[in-house]
Amino acid sequence: MIHPIPNGTRDVLPDEMRELRAITEAMRGVFERRGYGEVWTPTFEFEDVLRRGETGVDPAYRVLDDHGHVMALRPDMTVPIARVVATRYATAEPPLRFSYFAHAYRGVRPHRGQMREFLQAGIELVGAPGPGGTVEALTVLCEALDAVGLRGYRIALGSAALYPALLATFGVAPEVGEILLGALAARDLVRLEREVEGRGLDGALVRVPQLRGGPEVLDEITGGEADGLRAIVEDLPAHVAERIVLDLGLARGLGYYTGSVFDVLDPALGEPLGGGGRYDDLLGRFGRPLPAVGFALHVDRLHLALAGEEAVAS
Amino acid sequence: MTRPALTIAVPRGALMRETLDLLDAVGVDTAEVRDNDRKLLFGDVGIVTMRPSDVPTYVEAGAADVGITGKDVLTEQDEREVVELLDLGFGPCRMIFATVAVPEGEPDPAAEALRRLGVMRVATKYYRIAARYFEETGRAAEIVEVKGSVELAPLTGLAEAIVDVTATGATLRENGLVIREEILTSTARLIANPVAHKLKSAAIDELARRMRAAYKPSAPIAGGA
Repeated sequence: MIHPIPNGTRDVLPDEMRELRAITEAMRGVFERRGYGEVWTPTFEFEDVLRRGETGVDPAYRVLDDHGHVMALRPDMTVPIARVVATRYATAEPPLRFSYFAHAYRGVRPHRGQMREFLQAGIELVGAPGPGGTVEALTVLCEALDAVGLRGYRIALGSAALYPALLATFGVAPEVGEILLGALAARDLVRLEREVEGRGLDGALVRVPQLRGGPEVLDEITGGEADGLRAIVEDLPAHVAERIVLDLGLARGLGYYTGSVFDVLDPALGEPLGGGGRYDDLLGRFGRPLPAVGFALHVDRLHLALAGEEAVAS
Repeated sequence: MTRPALTIAVPRGALMRETLDLLDAVGVDTAEVRDNDRKLLFGDVGIVTMRPSDVPTYVEAGAADVGITGKDVLTEQDEREVVELLDLGFGPCRMIFATVAVPEGEPDPAAEALRRLGVMRVATKYYRIAARYFEETGRAAEIVEVKGSVELAPLTGLAEAIVDVTATGATLRENGLVIREEILTSTARLIANPVAHKLKSAAIDELARRMRAAYKPSAPIAGGA
């Protein structure tokens, strides 16, 4: 008999599981060696606690408990770990290092590499400000990807604060800035250019977010965000720096990012393998203001990229 | 022969000829594509041909690095994660709301259906654009999705109105339909896969730069009704 399972979920059978396990064990070794202790948190939490993160990603699945409280399946692990830090490590001396291998839940259009229930692997480094903390996170990220066996990957590095700073530099009104940020987030460069030209704004608002490439792209801009990215790139160990592609238009979907953001890209897959960035304000919303940085990788996509790289190599 | 730097998704149909002209103008040899109408994949020059509505699918998945398709298709499939790089200007058309022509003094059938029955039926190939448009304009519409010859629907009583694209309005006129409202205007766009946009940035920027230089604004969209 055939019994259905919900849209966006799937079964993992032993052949695939062995390959997934090899990936997660390789990363677990790196995280452990780097001092990132593994944590578990509840799969479902009180919705108002999750919403405190102001991620911009609403929980997709909700349930009521026996007291009528609304609980939701977590859309990521960063917010639950922020809660853990504020409640269980309220007085602990930073920096704090955590890693996780956990399922998260989102109401996405399911496709290979993005189910509605999906396994994430990641770290959070709490209490280590940029650029040093960011450099550590990027270094651990590359070590984890190397341990998994990926060869062709690149890290696109940008800053969530760069475009807002640019808008402020040119004195763009907040409501116009929202429109431009909306076009950028939708990756609609035609609309971005039309809005900027139609309002007689500076062409840099179109040009700068399209700058991608080596450290030389930072020569085209000035200001604190450029200096911040430059400081990170200069401090990175060589084997990490060679993986970096600067992307001054990088905008990540989650609302809590404050500074550097990054996406993990591999030529073998048409979408990012994961990403992360700085979220210096998130812990404050849970009552323990500490700067933080972290990343999350989609284990399924790491697997797909590995298979894709193997296919190209053979 | 070296592998081409980019795989380009080329739309078959109305946008194909001008797409190939543009590719010739930016230095991609399209002679083989023009000579062979049945072949779909031209590996030597990195061209794959497909229906315009499939272009975002291939580009989003990275099966093609860049592609050319209409803004109408991109608007209908706006959940696709692709980078919209350039308005290429050609292939202008309008997305319109049309109903059958009625003699002077008789009510419009769609308005009449809304007034008496509370909901109008609208046939279209563009389900999401139509649904969003009537939601935004506060009208109750039942969207009837059809795959071809949308003009037939109001003539046979399947629907009271249609939402469709038109370049000249000729087909609408021939079938006794009148454009009542314009929803959006569309032209061909250059799109890119978000990962390729970063990892092949030099090749994609160069292609976009050359296409921008070759840009010729097309004739204004002909009036419809």
